Amino acid sequence: MAWTRDQLAARAAKELRDGFYVNLGIGIPTLVANHIPAGVNVTLQSENGMLGMGPYPYEDEIDPDLINAGKQTISELPHSSYFSSSDSFAMIRGGHINLSILGAMEVSQNGDLANWMVPGKMVKGMGGAMDLVAGVRRCVVVMDHCSKDGRSKLLKKCELPLTGVRVVDLIITDLGVFEVDKVGNSPLRLIELADGISVEEIAAKTQADFVVDLK
Amino acid sequence: MDKIYPSAQAALDGLIFNGARIMIGGFGFAGLPEDLIDALAKTNARQLTIIICDAGGNGAVLEKLFENRQVSKLITSYVGSDDMISARYLDGEFEVEFVPQGTLAEAIRCGGAGIPAFYTKTGVHTVVAAGKEHKLFAGIEYIMETAIRADIALIHAETADFEGNLTYKKTARNFNPIMATAATHTIVEVEKLVATGEIDPDNVHTPGIYVDRIIQSIIPKHIEHLKVRNV
Repeated sequence: MAWTRDQLAARAAKELRDGFYVNLGIGIPTLVANHIPAGVNVTLQSENGMLGMGPYPYEDEIDPDLINAGKQTISELPHSSYFSSSDSFAMIRGGHINLSILGAMEVSQNGDLANWMVPGKMVKGMGGAMDLVAGVRRCVVVMDHCSKDGRSKLLKKCELPLTGVRVVDLIITDLGVFEVDKVGNSPLRLIELADGISVEEIAAKTQADFVVDLK
Repeated sequence: MDKIYPSAQAALDGLIFNGARIMIGGFGFAGLPEDLIDALAKTNARQLTIIICDAGGNGAVLEKLFENRQVSKLITSYVGSDDMISARYLDGEFEVEFVPQGTLAEAIRCGGAGIPAFYTKTGVHTVVAAGKEHKLFAGIEYIMETAIRADIALIHAETADFEGNLTYKKTARNFNPIMATAATHTIVEVEKLVATGEIDPDNVHTPGIYVDRIIQSIIPKHIEHLKVRNV
């Protein structure tokens, strides 16, 4: 069985380390906050100007002035701080954030990422994604292995407009986990399979080159 | 000079013109100057360039500017949360210049700080880099981005005193303090107007030098995606 959204988020949460400052993207990455391992303390950064982002608020804590980058209401924690967008991206661009976990439309085998537009069809804008992938020390992509029409989202080369070049370190899909050589030109390394998924199934659904190095 | 104006309409009077470049603070609905946007939509100003972090959110007051066809160019990092604005963009009703959010923030900060340009890694080898100067520093490639300024900045703050010293609340700060520095005229709507001296000088987020006109905000705040934790 392919991993569910929650299982994907739980697998991504294993990338967290104690003391990390982490930025989580919109969608499945947001769910990673529900799976932080016991004994691991991480501080979540929200690029709209907050460190120490708390969970969704209780009814009596709801505040329109307290939202995450997905514009959802959130709560604050005793160690929270607020700052402007320029301070927030100084933090990101300046390499102070340990880990970014974000979604993707396409990823190439050398870590190029596309996640902000489909020409002529869908335009969202890059938001803070280009800044995050350029500035954060480690970048993990969480996504479905194939698009809704069944095409591989792991490609030799991205076809959509890029968010960043050679920026992705690890790809977690609903079928498995891949390490990326973003410096050289090695193929992806398949290091984990989702429960019940075979290497053959992944090979049939993957356009990018990869080698099998299961751990 | 008295910075306090009786209404949003009065605060815009004499400053808005066809073709004006207007910065609008806020991230989503947090810190969005809704009274001032609403008043801008009641003016006859056309061919506006709007500079905003993210455009709209379904039902946002910003949509009125697009319904009225007052906008010819949008400089933003995101239109994805507003169906009407993104559909009209895909129909070609107005031009959009997409700027990465951090680059937009820094370009506005520079615009207010007298710095004409800066280098950043953000967007290297993407469409954002097209036509821009590339330069290596310590072997790493950067692109040059230029500062952004505007004719008018529309700002939402929590508190102002009569000097125009401002404080913002929580994540409603976002682009407001930097935009307040980067326009020829800065107009601020506030939730609370207090006597000068009532804001602790140590806690002023935007000093009054940046603020030209102040109004009392009356439109209630909105929530785009209400999420609640169960007890």
